[in-house]
Amino acid sequence: MTHSQPPLDLSPKVSDEVRKTTCYMCACRCGINVHMKKGKVAYIEGNRDHPVNQGVLCAKGSAGIMQHNSPARLRNPMKRVGPRGSGAFESISWNEALQIATDWLEPLRREAPEKLAFFTGRDQSQSFTSLWAQAFGTPNYAAHGGFCSVNMATAGIYTMGGAFWEFGQPDWDHTKLFMLFGVAEDHDSNPIKMGLGKLKKRGARVIGVNPIRTGYNAIADDWVGITPGTDGLFILSLIHCLMKAGRIDLDYLARYTDAPVLLNSDPKSPEYGLQLRDENGKALVIDRKTRKLTPFDQPGVRPDLAATYRSGGITHRPVFHQMAEQYLGEDYSPEAVAERCGIPAPRIRAIASELARVAFDEAFELDHEWTDFRGEHHKTMTGRPVSFHAMRGISAHANGFQTCRALHVLQIILGTVEVPGGFRFKPPYPKPATAHPKPHCKATPDAPLDGPHLGFVHGPDDLALKADGSPARIDKAFTWENPMSAHGLMHMVISNAHAGDPYKIDTLFLYMANMSWNSSMNPGGVMEMLTDTDENGDYVIPRIIYSDAYSSEMVAYADLILPDTTYLERHDCISLLDRPISEADAAADAIRWPVVEPNRDVRGFQSALCDLGAKLGLPGFVNEDGSQKYKDYADYITRHERRPGIGPLAGFRGEDGKDVGRGAPNPEQIDRYIENGGFFVNHIPEGATYYKPWNAAYQDWAVGMGIYDAPQPYLFSLYVEPLRRFQLAAEGHGDRQPPDHLRDRIKQTMSPLPIWYESDPEGTQGYDVHALTQRPMAMYHSWGSQNAWLRQLHGHNPLYLPTAIMREKGLRDGDWARVTSPHGGITVPVMEMAALNPKTVWTWNAIGKRKGAWALDKDAPEATKGFLLNHLIHELLPPKGDGLRWSNSDPITGQAAWFDLKVHIEKTNAPAEAQPEIPPQRSPVPPAPRDVAWKVGK
Amino acid sequence: MHPAPSVILFSSLSGLGFGLLVWLGIGLPAVTGWVAFVFFALAYLLAVGGLIASMFHLGHPERALKAFTQWRSSWLSREAWASVTALLVMAAYGAGLVFFDTRWWPLGLIGAALSLLTVLTTSMIYTQMKTVPRWHSLSTPANFLSLSIAGGALLAGQVTEAMVLIALAGAVQIVTWWQGDKALATSGTDLSTATRLGEIGNPRAFEPPHTGSNYLLREFVYVLGRKHAAKLRIIAIVLMMVLPLLLLLSPVWHHLAAALAVLSHAAGVLTARWLFFAQAEHVVGIYYGKR
Amino acid sequence: MTTLPQQTDRKLGLVIDLDTCVGCHACVISCKGWNTENYGAPLSDQDAYGSDPSGTFLNRVHSYEVQPEAGAAQLVHFPKSCLHCDDAPCVTVCPTGASYKRVEDGIVLVNESDCIGCGLCAWACPYGAREMDQAAGVMKKCTLCVDRIYNENLPEEDRQPACVRTCPAGARHFGDLSDPDSAVSQLVAERGGVDLMPEQGTKPVNKYLPPRPRDQLQTPDDSGEIDVLAPFLEPIDNGPKGFLGWLDRTLEKL
Repeated sequence: MTHSQPPLDLSPKVSDEVRKTTCYMCACRCGINVHMKKGKVAYIEGNRDHPVNQGVLCAKGSAGIMQHNSPARLRNPMKRVGPRGSGAFESISWNEALQIATDWLEPLRREAPEKLAFFTGRDQSQSFTSLWAQAFGTPNYAAHGGFCSVNMATAGIYTMGGAFWEFGQPDWDHTKLFMLFGVAEDHDSNPIKMGLGKLKKRGARVIGVNPIRTGYNAIADDWVGITPGTDGLFILSLIHCLMKAGRIDLDYLARYTDAPVLLNSDPKSPEYGLQLRDENGKALVIDRKTRKLTPFDQPGVRPDLAATYRSGGITHRPVFHQMAEQYLGEDYSPEAVAERCGIPAPRIRAIASELARVAFDEAFELDHEWTDFRGEHHKTMTGRPVSFHAMRGISAHANGFQTCRALHVLQIILGTVEVPGGFRFKPPYPKPATAHPKPHCKATPDAPLDGPHLGFVHGPDDLALKADGSPARIDKAFTWENPMSAHGLMHMVISNAHAGDPYKIDTLFLYMANMSWNSSMNPGGVMEMLTDTDENGDYVIPRIIYSDAYSSEMVAYADLILPDTTYLERHDCISLLDRPISEADAAADAIRWPVVEPNRDVRGFQSALCDLGAKLGLPGFVNEDGSQKYKDYADYITRHERRPGIGPLAGFRGEDGKDVGRGAPNPEQIDRYIENGGFFVNHIPEGATYYKPWNAAYQDWAVGMGIYDAPQPYLFSLYVEPLRRFQLAAEGHGDRQPPDHLRDRIKQTMSPLPIWYESDPEGTQGYDVHALTQRPMAMYHSWGSQNAWLRQLHGHNPLYLPTAIMREKGLRDGDWARVTSPHGGITVPVMEMAALNPKTVWTWNAIGKRKGAWALDKDAPEATKGFLLNHLIHELLPPKGDGLRWSNSDPITGQAAWFDLKVHIEKTNAPAEAQPEIPPQRSPVPPAPRDVAWKVGK
Repeated sequence: MHPAPSVILFSSLSGLGFGLLVWLGIGLPAVTGWVAFVFFALAYLLAVGGLIASMFHLGHPERALKAFTQWRSSWLSREAWASVTALLVMAAYGAGLVFFDTRWWPLGLIGAALSLLTVLTTSMIYTQMKTVPRWHSLSTPANFLSLSIAGGALLAGQVTEAMVLIALAGAVQIVTWWQGDKALATSGTDLSTATRLGEIGNPRAFEPPHTGSNYLLREFVYVLGRKHAAKLRIIAIVLMMVLPLLLLLSPVWHHLAAALAVLSHAAGVLTARWLFFAQAEHVVGIYYGKR
Repeated sequence: MTTLPQQTDRKLGLVIDLDTCVGCHACVISCKGWNTENYGAPLSDQDAYGSDPSGTFLNRVHSYEVQPEAGAAQLVHFPKSCLHCDDAPCVTVCPTGASYKRVEDGIVLVNESDCIGCGLCAWACPYGAREMDQAAGVMKKCTLCVDRIYNENLPEEDRQPACVRTCPAGARHFGDLSDPDSAVSQLVAERGGVDLMPEQGTKPVNKYLPPRPRDQLQTPDDSGEIDVLAPFLEPIDNGPKGFLGWLDRTLEKL
């Protein structure tokens, strides 16, 4: 028979032009090619040359065109005209908006700068916003890390000078066994997917430890459906098994960790548990060759893991002795932990054996010569092809810090950090806690703060306390309640400000943080606090300024709105001063630039801060004559110098644009970045790519890049001495003393070697099911619902219940359940899931929306069927009868313990809508179009 | 399958119309002149009306003529040809009867055959769908043809033939349902073959690919309650067969009873046709864990 | 002509690795983006910000739970788009010739200017690979990015379907499945690639690589088999004291 085909143009024109910038649909910061037609955005794909994503792009990134064109985009500055929360606004000019903000803030700065609380949410410009806050002089600044992942970041930095996600990555090209912990697989998402793809291609084994078998755990070869909050116990049992079998890397421990460092072992000494140091503060070890006491870093020293040292009547034992004592006991045997973890003991042994087998029996050598910090030359690099990674799940518990620490200790005893096949840092990491700033909190009227807000404490002296011992910060970060709160505690700001505890503030200034909805525990309570009035009828939190690009739930609660741009209309820098886009083999940073100009009266928030800073006359934001220093954020990015020659961007510096890392500002730097695809990469030389904390070649390279000012090799801290210093204070030593009600808790939880303790709080009896949330891979926070494409994938969310609970409660898919916690109740649709820990339920995060927000129809499924678990969670724990309300957080870092939630579930009749029903807010943007069908190029 | 009114109306009405044309083509009743005109007008109203109704189903009715091009492979295209040629031939034949009082019988026989062929092609559109096991059976053309001829007989006033054929069509209808209810289970297609995950264990649809609706769910996934379906089947068979037979058997046979029998039968056919779609399970539903 | 070609010169298609797909929907959205802006009518969305949003997508990711006879349930993400069947029933049912299979490469396409929107091709497809666009009134389906794979305006390495280019985990592979030496054919041979609904007789070109066996890391108490891993965890000595003795001995050897 005849077959005919119509003519077909196989080479149609793809676009007029490709503009390369950086995605902002999550924290990955992938490179994107924005295809332009007739000056409009037509299509977005991944940038093949980009170090982060190498061409691939996730659903969110590919849907960026719909985010950019979202009907929920704010149009112009607005001031509130109705009551707070109503959403009634009047459009105003930028001049008026900046004048209002200046009139509010100027007197505060002159009299009491701490009365401004400036907190930024999903801010990717923290090195800039913190500089602004410092210049203003308020101690009250932080971003969202405190309720996201500070346990993970802090535990990593204290332990090994770097953590997971933006700080480091598995050696995807060499690892043979990859173990992934934790629910909520969102951070570093494209790199992890790409890495998993590499492992799958080679047939390497992936073990997932996660109560929920979705996403990466669905493709894990072995799934360990652990009971939430017990990861630390499981890890310590693995450590127990490995130590007991002697399957640990003694050479690595001796050379590169504090395992041989000597500790004061006299319980009566005021320095009990502290390291023995020389007069320069260097930790001391016994040299195995000379049997002499020596600083750890001397040339030729071979630290002894076993030798003890006695002086002044005090025995000093190496850290390793204490580890043996702590972890070899039967408390951590698989049999002892199996039931609590929900993992059979033989399985724990099987996993420990496999870790040992791959780490040691499949070890390999890379022909890379290198020299360590003691001057010893190595012909090869030993690879241990076992690597670990972790997700927020292990960190958002009240025992999260110690759990993350335990995981790092497991990595370290196997000798798999910064070795081929193991886990590797990305510049500017490795960087130990001692190389980071300490927190600063001294507010002086009409003057900048005394230093950076956030940092790492090393003992009670570094806490952010006022002279009277009360908290210096509104969020009570760096206090006895949570001494190591390195990212601040954004989730406590509103309730503390409302309570006037530790003091009252005047203006709450928020950026890109949906605090009245999905970014808060207890959103109903937060909405009340934001609208509460005092006896005079004035708002308890007097003023709220908010900047966002979109009509989020939080917009309704602001008095003044500074509308931000979309990510395609703005300048940004993903800076080495902040969390850059580096890879393990290279330092890299990137920019965003306006690939299209906004068609609304909006400004990039950072540019607005340049304007506002100038109007307020903030040092660093005005020239000597008082005129505005930075025209806009792009101008700041180009001209700002943090230290001489070191600016926000490391590439194309110097007059001629040829300097890397260090160099004079280059007025054409941003243009050079644009020409280069929106990013800059500087590769680490071969021979310097592994063993970075101890590798002389790496240290020298990092100094050249401006990452450090001098080489600073260090030992991994299996034993975190600062924790011990807080314990000593709690035991009564030293001048700065904790309040009595916290002494026991500090003693119990701030163990310098990782421990596990129950994170299930008292007062939850009768609530026997763990409830978790995670983001779908195609959505990020609350942003996805305004996206016409993405909301069709996840327009509402069921609560997933394990099969046994479905049966027990007589539930079937689509039925509704009443879910209660000690704090509240929700009524939601349910669905069965078999591949789930039998004591756990979960749902997708931030699908539920308030009516009137995000330019959605009031009957949108997000508002009628979608729901938040947040209503069940409170920033405080239920009362336990001691007259105190304890915070629902990790006692070490203050990280919000989202995943400690326990609930009770009962079948109920289907209500008309998911409960609780929150009344609608008025939309500040025009209604969205009904149908969408456009082709830009037509 | 989504029971689209346009398609149900089309296949039911044109089935009756072409059924009537079959009888007219073979000269039963042997009418001429005005009486013939009334019969032909009724037949054309039903057949053409049905065809026009089917146009509403199209995304681009203005391109309908393109549907004549693919008769080599497409039953829909063949249906287009068969219906148009049947209508043209029968128009010429009818013109002979109405205007010339002449019965060009070879033309009539050809027209009758083409009319039957049209109904067959319509039924084959459904029968060919392996994706809808309930339809993918000889019972589908048997069902369509028997109803068409029986209804045609009724319209043509061929009482005896109509009674026999209606009883037969009713029986075929019942067999069709009986077979159809087993069709999906015996088709060999299930979630195991759809996903090929059956070798690992027992698969179950988990999270759907989208929470929003789409064309596939609207078009192919129509869930009709079992009890509801049983009731409708009884109504359909009563209206299509039982009631017309009783009316035809009734001693007072007159035009009103005949008209009632026709209306009842047509309503029964429409109900059965609605069920034909509403109960049909398309295998794509398996991917969504529906049915 | 909607009859199928006797044979095609090549069989271009996709190989989808169910062992690797993490269910991220990147392919779904990348496809939506490219095909809205390119081949034929844009992929429209109805009630896009309303109570019943619905739209045209050419690629969808399902998910299934599989309960093996023993052991934990497994979850499989399952992307699905047109399989470009050799015996494509969607082509032969088309009354207008709008649906056709290309002789050059076997890609099944809809010539939208000939499509009357009767929907019959979607009825004939067992896989749900065709969706009628509500705004354009024509049938939409995966084109295998026929406007990318030969496109001389794209760099060589980008001449592949948008879904393949974007897939972060590399779970989608594109190539000529008629050539036994092609990378995709090799992959299918190595990993035991399968057809979906083979009993439908459509002879799909696209193949699916089944998930590798899961949860194999078990010890005797779990599986009743010999513990091959036990020697790796032989205790060195019991208790902290014994451990330090071992430590000393081992350090001597270092």
